Amino acid sequence: MKSGFRLSFWLFLAPVLLWLFLLIVLPHIDLLLLSFRGENDMGDLVWTFDNYKNFFIEPIYWNTFVRTALYAIVTTFCTFVLALPVSFYIVKLARPRTRGFLTVLLLLPFWVSELVRVYGWMILLRESGVLNYFLLKTGLVQQPVEMLYNDATMIMGLVYTSMLFMVVPLISAMESLDDSLIEAASDLEASRFTILRTIIIPHCKPGITSGAIVVFMLALGNYLTPNLMGGKNSLWFTEQIYNQFIASFNWNQGAAFGFLLLLLSSGIIWIGLKLSRQRLGEVAA
Amino acid sequence: MANDLSVRNLIRSFGDFTAVDNISFDVPQGSFFSILGPSGCGKTTLLRMIAGFDEPSSGTISIRERDMRGVPPNKRPVNLVFQHLALFPMMDVAENIGFGLKRRGMNSAEIARRTETILERVDLPGYGKKQIRQLSGGQKQRVAIARCLVMEPSVLLLDEPLGALDLKLREQMKVELKKLQAKVGTTFIYITHDQSEALVMSDRIAVMNEGHFEQVGSPRELYSDPQTPFVARFVGDNNVWSGEVTESGERLTVRTGEDLLFRTRSHESYEKGSRVDLFLRPEAFRIEPTDSTDLNTFEVDVKTILFDGANSRLLTVMPGGHELLVSLPQNRQFDHIKPGDRILLGWHPDAGLCFKV
Repeated sequence: MKSGFRLSFWLFLAPVLLWLFLLIVLPHIDLLLLSFRGENDMGDLVWTFDNYKNFFIEPIYWNTFVRTALYAIVTTFCTFVLALPVSFYIVKLARPRTRGFLTVLLLLPFWVSELVRVYGWMILLRESGVLNYFLLKTGLVQQPVEMLYNDATMIMGLVYTSMLFMVVPLISAMESLDDSLIEAASDLEASRFTILRTIIIPHCKPGITSGAIVVFMLALGNYLTPNLMGGKNSLWFTEQIYNQFIASFNWNQGAAFGFLLLLLSSGIIWIGLKLSRQRLGEVAA
Repeated sequence: MANDLSVRNLIRSFGDFTAVDNISFDVPQGSFFSILGPSGCGKTTLLRMIAGFDEPSSGTISIRERDMRGVPPNKRPVNLVFQHLALFPMMDVAENIGFGLKRRGMNSAEIARRTETILERVDLPGYGKKQIRQLSGGQKQRVAIARCLVMEPSVLLLDEPLGALDLKLREQMKVELKKLQAKVGTTFIYITHDQSEALVMSDRIAVMNEGHFEQVGSPRELYSDPQTPFVARFVGDNNVWSGEVTESGERLTVRTGEDLLFRTRSHESYEKGSRVDLFLRPEAFRIEPTDSTDLNTFEVDVKTILFDGANSRLLTVMPGGHELLVSLPQNRQFDHIKPGDRILLGWHPDAGLCFKV
């Protein structure tokens, strides 16, 4: 009985392990090896830390990473600020029948590929776009305004793309919040803002954290949105990686940047968890 | 004495349904007032309107002579102990109790002092640093009450807070709540569907049914002198016969379905021939009375003995199949009674009460 259980356990686990090993672990080992290889002055391939050293020596790489991380944090924060009232409305205020409908509305944009969604934004916002057409028509502006290719638009695009990944964990966290806690706080003379700060947010903390991790990682690792909506000025770190692999054909440097992105973003999340006094296991559960 | 709460012509309707139907009552300062009714009678709606979570369709609620119309819950001098207590799980006991005081902008030293004082008053001294999940049911109860009492409300509202406790603890908390109320002197308004809770603790009880008050009175009045058939059925146990008045007067004579003639009293005199329900408490019966002058007497068969200590009863059947509950005093006098025995029962006409159907 026990051995039978063990066999079936490993049998069912096998595809997952294979998937993890073949598609994630194996390529990463190869990339890790690549990232420590480089040409010496003679043009021979040798083991070296140069690829990692470049990141810290060249300000452009380092600054691009800091900029990317900061904007990813800003994106996460904006997404949270927008998602909180949305999920509160869906869980606590909307009627049960409207709730399902509203959730579907949130899901709907994700049936379209990200590329198409971003092009949709571009059609709206570009100089000859829909928005400018109406602005010119109504006489609000005399000259068309270029609304694409700046940081604000890029962050807006990232927030739009990540919204769902914040709303869903917040909804499930809020569903377990007993209404009477909110009423009790109100009965004890708390204002709406105090209720939000002392009752709702502490209760939703695991949901907020898991949403924030997902949104932060998605924003940090996003390539399409910064590239298309932020244009040449976006200076997103993923573009640097892309450039190394494709433009400079320097796979060793690209692999090193990839690992640095992984390590640094994990570091940021670790600091975030420490600051909010949480453990990854609690958040994932 | 001044009234802490006055409610006048209060109505609350949801569409066609009237949950609270034209209720008026006063609660004097420092009293323990209960609202007793079956679930769905509108008592929670009434309480939520007093607390400010719901607005009346019409009528007024005033607390200490101040009209509460349009005053939000966080500005009312009342506090509510919730049915499931609603203690904040993300805070410890002291933070829970200090929550309201902190909202008033009191400094932390004063909050700590008052928190400790109120914890002593509810017999939980030194519990401030405990987490909510470490407390037992009865302790949570007392923390929830302390959290409200520390706000020094004019009126403390309690929404069936004993419902979630097990029987033994509930019995104990009943007594404790009553003692606590006497000690702090705050006006308590307690809603419950459990008549024993209401009877034990209250100074006055309002019996509520389908949105209106059937009767307001002391526990003794409700028990021994119910004014409506609903109160007679709902408060305490009662045996019921339906019958017909054969002789009216100060004492009515009623012919029951079994063709027995009973003399009994009623609040108003009913004409001969009117259909009535006759109510009689289980403890009104005298088993095998030695002197049966003035008593209504008849014979029944004992079906079973429902032994429950001091609250033991006989389940008896009348010849027509009508079942009666009879109190069985545990003074060993009736130890000889066994199921299947035929016994004589008697009751005094003053003990019964008739209502026209």
